[in-house]
Amino acid sequence: MTDLPAREPSRFSVEDLAGSPNRVRTERILRSVFFAAALLSVLISALIIASLARETFNFLAEVEYGNLIDEGWFPRRSQFDVLTLFIGSLIVTVVAMAVAGPLGLAAAVYLSEYAKPRVRRVLKPALEVLAGIPSVVVGVFAAYVISPNVVQRLFSEASPTNLLAAGIGVGVLTIPLVASVSEDALRSVPNSLREASYGMGARRMTTSVRVVIPAAVSGLVAALIIAVSRAIGETMVVAIAAGASGGSLRNVAPTDSGLTMTAAMAAVSPGSGSDQAKGSALAFPSLFFVGSLLFLITLSLNIVADRFVRRVRQRY
Amino acid sequence: MAAAPHALAGEVVSARIQGRRADVGGTLFKYALLGALLLTIAVLAVLLYSQVDRGSEVLTGRLGDFITSKYSSLSTRAGIKQGINGTLTIAAFVIVIAIPLGVGAAVYLEEYAQKTRLTRFIDVNIRNLAGVPSVVYGILGLAIFARALRNFTGGASVMAAGITLAVLVLPIVIITSAEAIRAVPDSIREAGFGVGATRWEVIRSHVLPYALPGILTGTVLSVARPSARPLLIVVGAKTGFFTGGDLGDLRDNFQALPSQIYQFSRLPESTWGANTAAAIVVLLVIVLAVNSAAILLRNRFEKKR
Repeated sequence: MTDLPAREPSRFSVEDLAGSPNRVRTERILRSVFFAAALLSVLISALIIASLARETFNFLAEVEYGNLIDEGWFPRRSQFDVLTLFIGSLIVTVVAMAVAGPLGLAAAVYLSEYAKPRVRRVLKPALEVLAGIPSVVVGVFAAYVISPNVVQRLFSEASPTNLLAAGIGVGVLTIPLVASVSEDALRSVPNSLREASYGMGARRMTTSVRVVIPAAVSGLVAALIIAVSRAIGETMVVAIAAGASGGSLRNVAPTDSGLTMTAAMAAVSPGSGSDQAKGSALAFPSLFFVGSLLFLITLSLNIVADRFVRRVRQRY
Repeated sequence: MAAAPHALAGEVVSARIQGRRADVGGTLFKYALLGALLLTIAVLAVLLYSQVDRGSEVLTGRLGDFITSKYSSLSTRAGIKQGINGTLTIAAFVIVIAIPLGVGAAVYLEEYAQKTRLTRFIDVNIRNLAGVPSVVYGILGLAIFARALRNFTGGASVMAAGITLAVLVLPIVIITSAEAIRAVPDSIREAGFGVGATRWEVIRSHVLPYALPGILTGTVLSVARPSARPLLIVVGAKTGFFTGGDLGDLRDNFQALPSQIYQFSRLPESTWGANTAAAIVVLLVIVLAVNSAAILLRNRFEKKR
């Protein structure tokens, strides 16, 4: 900087402060590169919607509407009773939430309100390991361990592959999700609330149940909604443990084998190794049709969950 | 315990305050919560044990053979080499595509973006993308990467699957990286600006190095998870016997461990059960090794700060 001409302070202009043109140019280029990366996510959304919509319209243009509400889900015979799949998904989701809801919430309350830091450092990673188990593994576990050792012992008439075992498997898979989202919500409750409660002489349990949980309730609801959305979208567990077959009209028995929306999609996919996609020209496009329904359902659930999460953030 | 008088007094006072009655309900509640947590972990243990037990025949008898030979219709000769190759190649695609793009997008959203409507839209969009079921990403991969772009990817190839999985993890990488970048204290940025650095210079030499451990662990955890997703079936993993599936055949037929396990599980249990379980153990060893490395790394950095 020694070669700067001696100038009076008042003669400095904005250009002198702008830095070298090279640095400014790098800055501008990189900014647009990063912007493009961020915009890419919008492109992905557009592509998802486009690839779903195109074949879905083809499917809806050609299918006989009577076949959408009759006979069950047999794509080879052009029978596409969507309600059958809804019921299957509903059964699996309800069972999964009955498992993951209580266990996940209890684990979260323990980790957030009771566990000493040392205990937490051991137990939390164990939950995270469970979260990392691939769903195909849980599917095989549900089909060959949960189904014969739990479900068929309790219900002797249960078939070897059944929706109940699949639901329990999906539940096991979503426990870590419920636990980690709820724990975040519970930990974001300010300590001053707990201290006020202790100050009034409340026990730890009273503090947890009457003060902390109500304060975090919208986060807990969000955790459950996210888990429902995950359970509906879970494919491998159901495809393996529920049989990925059946599809007889609106079966409501959880101890029978059955189909969900996701399992029906896997069954007509190119890599499934089954021949369900053969026989009817519409069997393969039904993949896109069910995919669109699934996309809309999970999207609306996620939007609702996001609202609840936002509410927790705004309050504290 | 040779208690000093004042410590004894403290105990007396605390006993007075807490009341004499034992807090039965509270203790029960505490152990019920702990029980729920331990039950969950017990399920994990049973899961691991059951698969090792079922696969022991293959794992002890012919493990080397099992991981180095290709698929065969004979259950005693079938191997998972093609599955392992496919999984490694897909992981490479995810790392090369999703991490730079994801970190770049996170940098834009956290460091550059003003609070405009467009920014908010992108933000909401990314969060919604993260919640889309993987089966739907499978449809995207099938329609776009395996069909529309088949001249580039070679159809239902490992490249198509790799790009699809990269797209699947992209929103998760963006969200975790953005969180790590947000956690960088503003004072570090202000110090950089104060000595005349441009925004990029501040990001490159201060923000990113500080956020790197968070970005890495979050990314590793999120990348290891979905490398095992059903979308491989939807995109079109090869079933049954096929040639190819070697490392480096990017535009060829492919198989990956999760889809291979799915296909094994559909074959007769009495002859193929041991193979299914052994393949699961191999997949779990890979996934758990990567995950625990990431968790250990995070715990180390958390302690340092």
